[in-house]
Amino acid sequence: MRRIVIGLGSLAVLLAVASADAQPPVKIGLIMPYSGQFADTATQMDNAIKLYVKRKGDTVAGRKLEFIRRDTGGVAPDVAKRLAQELIVRDQVDILAGFVLTPNALAAGDVSAEAKKLMVVMNAATSIITTKSPYLVRTSVTTPQLNESFGAWAFRSGTRKLYSMVSDFGPAHDAEGAFQRAFKEAGGEVVGSVRFPVANPDFSAFVQRAKDLNPEAIYIWVPGGVQPAAIGKTLAERGIDPKKTRILGQGELTEEEALRSMGDAGLGIITVYHYDYNHDSAMNREFVKAYHEASGRNPNIYSIGGYDGMHLIYEALKKTGGKTDGDALVAAAKGMQWESPRGPVAIDPETRDIIQTVYIRRVEKVGGQLRNVEFDKVENVKDPVKARSKP
Amino acid sequence: MLVPVVGVLFDGFAYGMLLFLLSVGLSVTLGMMNFVNLAHCSFAMLGGYVMITLTQTLGWPFLAALPAAFAAAAAASVLLERALYRRLYRASDLDQCLLTIGIVFMSVAAAAYVYGTTQQPIETPPYLRGAVTWLGLRLGVYRLFLIATALAITLVLVLALEYTRFGAQVRAAVDNQRMARGLGIDVDRRFAITFALGSGLAGLGGALAIEMVGLDPVFAFTYLVYVLIVVSVGGLGSIGGSFAAATLLGVSDVAGKYYVPELGAFLIYLVMVGLLMWRPAGLFGRR
Amino acid sequence: MGAAGTAADPRHELASRARWRGLEAAFWLAALSPFLLFPSHLQLASQIAITALFALSLDLLLGYAGIVSLGHAAFFGVGAYAAGLLAKGGWGEPLSGLAVAGAAAGLAGYAASFIVARVRHLALIMVTLGLGLLVHEAANKAHWLTGGADGLQGVRMWPLLGRFRFDLYGYTAYGYSLVVLALAFLVVRRLVHSPFGLSLRGIRENPVRMPALGAPSRSHIRKAYAIAAVLAGIAGALLAQTTETVSLATLDFQRSAEVLVILILGGAGRLYGSLVGAVIFLVARDQFSGLNPQYWYFWLGALLVLVVMVLPNGVLGGLARLADARPSSGGRPAPSPGGRGIVGRLARLAPSRRDRTS
Repeated sequence: MRRIVIGLGSLAVLLAVASADAQPPVKIGLIMPYSGQFADTATQMDNAIKLYVKRKGDTVAGRKLEFIRRDTGGVAPDVAKRLAQELIVRDQVDILAGFVLTPNALAAGDVSAEAKKLMVVMNAATSIITTKSPYLVRTSVTTPQLNESFGAWAFRSGTRKLYSMVSDFGPAHDAEGAFQRAFKEAGGEVVGSVRFPVANPDFSAFVQRAKDLNPEAIYIWVPGGVQPAAIGKTLAERGIDPKKTRILGQGELTEEEALRSMGDAGLGIITVYHYDYNHDSAMNREFVKAYHEASGRNPNIYSIGGYDGMHLIYEALKKTGGKTDGDALVAAAKGMQWESPRGPVAIDPETRDIIQTVYIRRVEKVGGQLRNVEFDKVENVKDPVKARSKP
Repeated sequence: MLVPVVGVLFDGFAYGMLLFLLSVGLSVTLGMMNFVNLAHCSFAMLGGYVMITLTQTLGWPFLAALPAAFAAAAAASVLLERALYRRLYRASDLDQCLLTIGIVFMSVAAAAYVYGTTQQPIETPPYLRGAVTWLGLRLGVYRLFLIATALAITLVLVLALEYTRFGAQVRAAVDNQRMARGLGIDVDRRFAITFALGSGLAGLGGALAIEMVGLDPVFAFTYLVYVLIVVSVGGLGSIGGSFAAATLLGVSDVAGKYYVPELGAFLIYLVMVGLLMWRPAGLFGRR
Repeated sequence: MGAAGTAADPRHELASRARWRGLEAAFWLAALSPFLLFPSHLQLASQIAITALFALSLDLLLGYAGIVSLGHAAFFGVGAYAAGLLAKGGWGEPLSGLAVAGAAAGLAGYAASFIVARVRHLALIMVTLGLGLLVHEAANKAHWLTGGADGLQGVRMWPLLGRFRFDLYGYTAYGYSLVVLALAFLVVRRLVHSPFGLSLRGIRENPVRMPALGAPSRSHIRKAYAIAAVLAGIAGALLAQTTETVSLATLDFQRSAEVLVILILGGAGRLYGSLVGAVIFLVARDQFSGLNPQYWYFWLGALLVLVVMVLPNGVLGGLARLADARPSSGGRPAPSPGGRGIVGRLARLAPSRRDRTS
C-alpha cells in the first residue's frame, strides 16, 4: 500500500514539473463580422491572418498561438462587448484582435481597458477608437488620416471648387468633414453638397443634381460593397465624365470588385487610400503572390490591416519574451516600426495609432485591366485629429 | 428644370419595373393561397447567381442566360413546394413565416458558401451598355432594356390572365377560393403552377437586377422589405396593383430624392404608411 | 376554448387558470442555475433574459391581441436610447433609468397605437414595419443625439442599489435582468388572466364581434400596444445598462424580425413560449456561431425549418399537440386538455392559442 502511495505521489510530482515546463499557448480572440452584410471584410482579414501564421509559423517566443474566432454578425456593439468579455472570462484569451466595424471596436475597448488586455484593431477607422483603452493599438488607418491629406492635396493639385456627395451616416460624415476641413483651410470652396440614404440609394437623382450645378470637381463617399459600382455606372449614365469633371473619392470607390463591375466608366477617378495590391514594391509583389496562391484572391485593405496586425503581435511577443501581460505588450508595441507590403509603417508611441504613407491613385488601364495606379503620396501621416487635440 | 427631371423619372420608372418583376409573383401567390412566402427573394437571389455562373463561368450569352435564370428559379420553387410548402397550406401564418424565414437563412448561408461573400460583378454585353440620347434626354440602354422586358412580361401576364382558361381559374381562386374549389377547380394544382411562375419571374428579376443594384449573399434579405412594400401597397393578388405600386414607389422615391434630398429614405416609408392608411387593402386590393 | 355546458363562474375560470403550477416554479428555479452551473456564461444569460422580456412584450400583442408587429424594435430602441442618454447626461442610477425608459417607450407606443389600431391584416404588418423603419432612419439622422452609426458613447452606470457594480463576469447583469424579467412576467401573467386579457383574445379571434358585444376594441388595442411598448422599452433599457452601449442596431428591422422569429419558435400565445423561444434561439445561435462563425446561419435556418415541420405552433404548441395526441383511457379525450403527463402540463402553463382554421 505504501509503495503505491509513494509511486502515485512521485508520478504526480513528475507531471506537475513536466507541465510547468511546457508553456501554455498564447490565445488570441478574433472578433469580426464573419456573417452578414460585412462578411467579405472578415473573409479577407482572416485570409491574411492565416497567411501570416503559415509563413512565419505558429510559435512565437517559445509559445504556440491559438486562435478563437467569434462572429458579431455585423454592427452589434452589445454582442461584440459580450464576445470580448466571454473570450476573456471563459476562454482566457491574452489578446483581442480583429474589429472591422467602429461601434463594435468602441464597445470592446471598454473590456480591453477593464481586463487590461492588448487589443489590436485591424480595420475600424474612426479616430477616437484608440482613446477607449490604454491597451488598444491600431494597424489599419484612420479616416481623417486619409481625407485630410486628400483635401490638402486636392487644392495643391489645382482644384478650387468642389461639390460633395456622401452617404448619410457616421463614417461618411467623418470623411467629408475631414476632407472639407483641409480643403477649405488650403483655400478651396465647397459649392454644394448632398447626402444619400445609407440603404438603397438610387443614385440617379443625386447625380443629376450634381450635374445641374456643373462643378469642377466632385467628392464622393459611399460604403464598400454594391454601392461603388452603382454610383460609378450612374455617373456614366448621366453623362459625367471623370476625365472632364474631377471625381475624388476614398479608395472603396475603386476597389477591385467595384472596378470590374463599373468597367470603363471608372477610368480617371482619383482616390486616396493606404494600400492597393498594385503597389509597386518587391515586398508587396511577393505578398500578393502568396496571398493569391493561398486564397485565390487579391489582398485589399482588410487584408493588410490583418497582416500588419499579426506582425505587430508577433514582434511584440518576441520583445516581451512571450509574456502576455497587457502592459508589457503595449509597451513593446509603442514606437514599433517596420516595412509592410503597403510601405513603411510605425505605431505612434503617444496615441498607439498607426503612422503610414497615404497614396493618391488614379484609375488607369494597365495591361487591359483597370487598376488603381499610385501617382502621388503623402508620407508619415499621423492621425490629425489626435495630433490637434494635443496641447 | 424639366429636361433633367424627366431623365431622373425615367430612371425611377426603370427601378420600379425591377421591383415589379421581383414582386408580382409574391402578390399573386399571396392573394391566391394566403401562403406567406418570405423566401420569395431567395428565388430572386438564386436567379441572380445562376445568371452569374452561366455568363461569367460558362460563357453563355446574356440573353440566353436570362430564361435559364427564370427556369432555374421556377424549378427550385417546384422542389421546395413539393417537399415543404405543401404540408403547410393549412398551417397558421406564423408557422409559414417561420418556415420561410428558415429557408431564407439557409439560402443566404449557402450563397455565401458557394459563391463567397463578395459582391458579384457582371459583364453585360456591349449593346446593353452606355446611354442613348433622345430628345435631349440621356437614357441608359440597360434601363431601356429592363423597362421593355418588364412591359412585355406584364402584357403577357395580363393577356394570359384575361384570355386563357388557366388565367380564369387563377382569377377565380384569388377571388373566392372556397367557391372555386366548389366548382371543381383544382386550386392546389393551379397554385403550384402559379407559384412556379411567380418564383421564376422573381429569378428573372434577380438576374436583371445585378447590373443595376448588384448581387451579394444578403440580397434575399435586403429586397424582401421592398417587395413586401410593393405587394401591400399594390394589393394582394393583383398584377395591375403590383405594377402601379412599383411604378409609384420607384418614381416617387427618385423624384423625392431629386427635389427634397434631405427626406431621403423617409419618403418611401411615409408614402407606404400613408397609402395603407388611406387604402388598407392596397391600391387594387379586394379585401 | 370555453367549457361548454358548464355554467362556470367566469371569475372562477380565470382564477383557476391563473393558479401557479409546479412546472412554473421549476422553470424559475432553473433560471437561477447559470449562477452555479454556468458562471462564465452569465453575460449570455443576461442577454437571453433581456430578449425574453422583449419577446414577452411582443407576445402580448401577437399571441393575445393578434397584432403582428414587424416594427417592435422601435420601442426597444427608444427605451435603450432613453436609458443611455440619461446615463450619458450624468444620471447613471439604473432603476430610475428603467422607469424613464419605460415611460418614454410607452408614450411612443401610445402615440403609434392611434395609427396602428386603424388597420388590420397585411396593412397592419406593413404599417408597423414602416413605422419601425421611419424611427430607425430618424435615429440615424439625429446623430447629434444618438451618436448615429457609431452609437452612444459615454454611457456609465452607477452600481445597482448602490452596491452591485456591473462587472466583467456579468453577475450583476444577469441578476438584474432576471429580476426585472420575473417582475414583468408577473405583470403580464396577471394581465392576461384578467378580463382585459380575455377581451384581447376576443379581439384576436373575432374582431368584428367584439364591438358588437360592447367591448371597446380600439381602446383595448391601444392599451395593449402601449403596455407592450413599455415592456419592450424596459428590455431595451436593460440592454443599454448592462452593456453600457447603445447603437442603431437596437432599432433595426433585423431585431424586429428576430424577436418575431423567437416568439413563433417558442409558441405565441403561451406566456412561456417567449421565454423558451429566447433560450432555444440564442443558445443555438451562440453554439452554432462558435462552431462555425461563417455559415452558422445555415444550421439555424435548418433548426427553424425542423421545428416548424415537427412542432407546429412553436415548441410549446407542438408539445401540446403531442400531448393531446397521446392515447388515454380507451381513446376518449382526456378530461384535462393535453393530458396529465408532463408534456401536457408544460403546454398548459398558459392558455393556448387556437390553430387558425382555414
